[in-house]
Amino acid sequence: MSLEKKDVERIAHLARLAVDEADIPDYARDLGNILDLVAQMDAVDTTGVAPMAHPMEVSQRLRPDEVTETDQRERFQAIAPKVENGLYLVPQVIE
Amino acid sequence: MDWEPVIGLEIHTQLATKSKIFSGASTAYGAAPNTQACAVDLGLPGVLPVLNEAVVTMAIKFGLAIEAEIAPRSVFARKNYFYPDLPKGYQISQYELPIVGRGHVDIELEDGTRKRIGITRAHLEEDAGKSLHEDFHGMTGIDLNRAGTPLIEIVSEPDMRSAAEAVAYMRKIHALVRYLGISDGNMQEGSFRCDANVSVRPVGEERMGTRSELKNINSFRFVERAIEIEIERQIEILEGGGEVVQETRLYDAERDETRSMRSKEEAMDYRYFPDPDLLPVEITADEIEAVRATLPELPDARRARFESEYQLSADDAAFLTAARETAEFYEATVAACGDARLAANWVRGELFGYLNRENRDITDSPVSAAMLGALIRRIQDNTISGKIAKEVLEAMWKGEGEADAIIEARGLRQITDTGAIEAEVDRVIAENPKQVEQYRGGKTKLMGFFVGQVMKATGGKANPAQVNELIRKKLGG
Repeated sequence: MSLEKKDVERIAHLARLAVDEADIPDYARDLGNILDLVAQMDAVDTTGVAPMAHPMEVSQRLRPDEVTETDQRERFQAIAPKVENGLYLVPQVIE
Repeated sequence: MDWEPVIGLEIHTQLATKSKIFSGASTAYGAAPNTQACAVDLGLPGVLPVLNEAVVTMAIKFGLAIEAEIAPRSVFARKNYFYPDLPKGYQISQYELPIVGRGHVDIELEDGTRKRIGITRAHLEEDAGKSLHEDFHGMTGIDLNRAGTPLIEIVSEPDMRSAAEAVAYMRKIHALVRYLGISDGNMQEGSFRCDANVSVRPVGEERMGTRSELKNINSFRFVERAIEIEIERQIEILEGGGEVVQETRLYDAERDETRSMRSKEEAMDYRYFPDPDLLPVEITADEIEAVRATLPELPDARRARFESEYQLSADDAAFLTAARETAEFYEATVAACGDARLAANWVRGELFGYLNRENRDITDSPVSAAMLGALIRRIQDNTISGKIAKEVLEAMWKGEGEADAIIEARGLRQITDTGAIEAEVDRVIAENPKQVEQYRGGKTKLMGFFVGQVMKATGGKANPAQVNELIRKKLGG
């Protein structure tokens, strides 16, 4: 399956990745190969096969509703680029 | 042309757990910023989400209450988008296999008719953090305490045809989650919020019009108003020959208008896929039955019982069962006084008068059900009249103590001694010969005058029934 330049740009934008203009043909080829593999699997007749959400035949383990975490804000915020009054600061988001 | 609005609601309800949906951080409201955001909530590398069992139980409760099928197997999915209050870059939600399937609730309209509203599904997901847009030197502040708080999103069918129906439905779901004890439903704190999908179409048209989505409305009044003005806006566009654009809009209560929120240069593409960090949730029939056994009496059932057991009018029963706390207060009052009818009048008429005036919740009433019941007992045993009881209630509301203590302290005990009342009646008759003559001449309306004079002389403490009877006897003779 061949991807066009604008497909690669869109995928990159959705993932918020900056892609070099010069690399786009390579990405288009690599991603196309992945999609070819998916198409190959998609061609298999799966009538009557239940979709699998996980490769292991186990179900989700649940935890009791208890507070087990303590406040570690100081440690987390030590690696944050910018904090103030306990808040993480990020470039302004305007809706 | 006549237009028909078509409305569907998505209600986000925070579940009343102690800890988050996928981590052991506290969900308590109002903590200092980011003190309840752990490594999982922050989306730090290497962490794994583990599902909270209480969340599953609460979702099952809700599903059973709306008579929906509980999925024997449901799957969590990643909804991918970038926003600073969502540190992982995706929200863990459910997409193809939600935990609660198709169900319904019945709403009651103003004219008394009932209408069934379909619920498409309800799924579990995590809440995001909060962005504080006040100016932090040109930056935005992020508090992630709310990130990971469990939510159940309840998606209705587009079954509502007016803003009033949408509000009735929202109130019904609100009452339901509070009855079930799965959410505190606190709208100021954001525990219960709603998005409304609104479109209009010509009456008789089957196809739906283009809809807009009104985001994040957090009060019943705003929902009603936002939908009303959005309907008007769309009709105006269509009648002017224009087209409604599918978009997300925000209701601005201050300006009383809706306005476009996101430019649609790029349609949202969430790229849902099953979250590989979480296994499918399996729920057995036995587990469902175990939860069913814990369900409390729900609003509809309670209302029907209030009508039959307490002989209440449909209107009183609806009012007194609208919130679980009100219903419990009422039943405790009945238990304390033994008179369902008087209890209904005093709770709905008098107590709610005070609560509404001071904008207080019944759980926060300074007069408890036991206190109100004790007051009603004093009306029943003729210690005080209903009118004096209102005075006592006012004193109780102001914190002056229990009914009996106030009655004693203020000397409000009703005079039931016939001799004492008779003496007053005789005096009033003797002092007002003119009115006596008129009364005997057929102006029987003057009865009120005589009763009033006696009541005034006794400070309102004479038993009104006795006063009436004595005056009639003496003047008739």
